[in-house]
Amino acid sequence: MGEVIVITSGKGGVGKTTTTANIGTALAALGYKVVLVDTDIGLRNLDVVLGLENRIVYDIVDVTHGHCRMKQALIKDKRFEGLHLLPAAQTKDKTAVTPDQMKELCRDLKKEFDYVIIDCPAGIEQGFKNAIAGAEKAVVVTTPEVSAVRDADRIIGLLEAAELHDPKLIVNRIRPLMVKKGDMMSIEDIIDILAIDLLGVVPEDEMIVVTTNKGEPAVLDNNSRAGQAYRNMARRITGEDVPLMDLQDDTGFINRLKKLIGFK
Amino acid sequence: MLDFLLRVFGRETSSSKNVAKERLRLVLVHDRADMSPQLLQELKEDLIKVISNYMEIDENALEVNLDTSDNSVALVANIPIIRMKRSSNRAEKIG
Ligand SMILES: Nc1ncnc2c1ncn2[C@@H]1O[C@H](COP(=O)(O)OP(=O)(O)OP(=O)(O)O)[C@@H](O)[C@H]1O
Ligand SMILES: [Mg+2]
Repeated sequence: MGEVIVITSGKGGVGKTTTTANIGTALAALGYKVVLVDTDIGLRNLDVVLGLENRIVYDIVDVTHGHCRMKQALIKDKRFEGLHLLPAAQTKDKTAVTPDQMKELCRDLKKEFDYVIIDCPAGIEQGFKNAIAGAEKAVVVTTPEVSAVRDADRIIGLLEAAELHDPKLIVNRIRPLMVKKGDMMSIEDIIDILAIDLLGVVPEDEMIVVTTNKGEPAVLDNNSRAGQAYRNMARRITGEDVPLMDLQDDTGFINRLKKLIGFK
Repeated sequence: MLDFLLRVFGRETSSSKNVAKERLRLVLVHDRADMSPQLLQELKEDLIKVISNYMEIDENALEVNLDTSDNSVALVANIPIIRMKRSSNRAEKIG
């Protein structure tokens, strides 16, 4: 029996879809059977980040309404045997799926997959309620900004109210140099405020833009710092004890030099 | 310039990160103080229980609210007293 994990944030644009795509791909690369579910109905994105947009025939609404069988809607990734996507519907609205339908869907999926990872839409409305309905664990993504942390706090409260206890935190887009200068909240600051456990930290990384352009998640690129962070998180999800990587280090000149001459 | 010097000499208090933290702290006091009516009702009932050990109060006129102002949140209660209890009476109740 697999595990259903929802990736949420409250605030939009902080990196939920990027996180879902990368952790999912990393888990598949470790040999697990993974399905990524896009619940952002009307604003389908996960397909593009994964580079699977041209292969969509059916979507989540077709499945929950019985227009097709589950198997027909799942898109199988060609790079990793175990990786699958259940795309969101693009033309319907958020109310096209109900929390009860989501629960049933997740129940079915976790019979077949080791990990069911749900990409939640921004906000706290129906789309959020749908996304968390069938989940057993939650991950909250934030960036080191006042508004994002505030929304994360709200989401943590709502998850608690929905009996999704003990959510894990991802801090995305950290810029170590700014933290050092005192111009960005540090991981410790954010954990201190939100009081939940950390799943991982992702540095600001231009490679995210490059890899997203190509539809190849950053975890596939061994030079991407963000990719490394996501690979570590995937291993933590499987229960492995992986230390946080040193973010400070690699921004240094010497390290960049080392990388250039193939030392890393 | 002063700001720059302060930063160079390690006076962290002026850094924008600390401003962010302080703003967050305040905004979250407000956000989290957004108690549900149900929770407020439970608080009221508990208050009545405790206070009744000391005095007789008008339960129907009792008011308990969260009062939020710019930089603080207070629990404000207005509890009309009907009669004080005698101390012997009280000892009995608590004892
Ligand atoms: N660590 C990072 N470094 C650089 N860019 C990033 C990073 N993480 C995310 N981004 C960029 O930020 C943008 C928003 O990311 P993403 O779509 O994953 O957010 P989201 O939370 O899913 O948004 P929405 O709420 O709209 O669904 C994307 O353009 C993405 O490439
Ligand atoms: Mg998204």
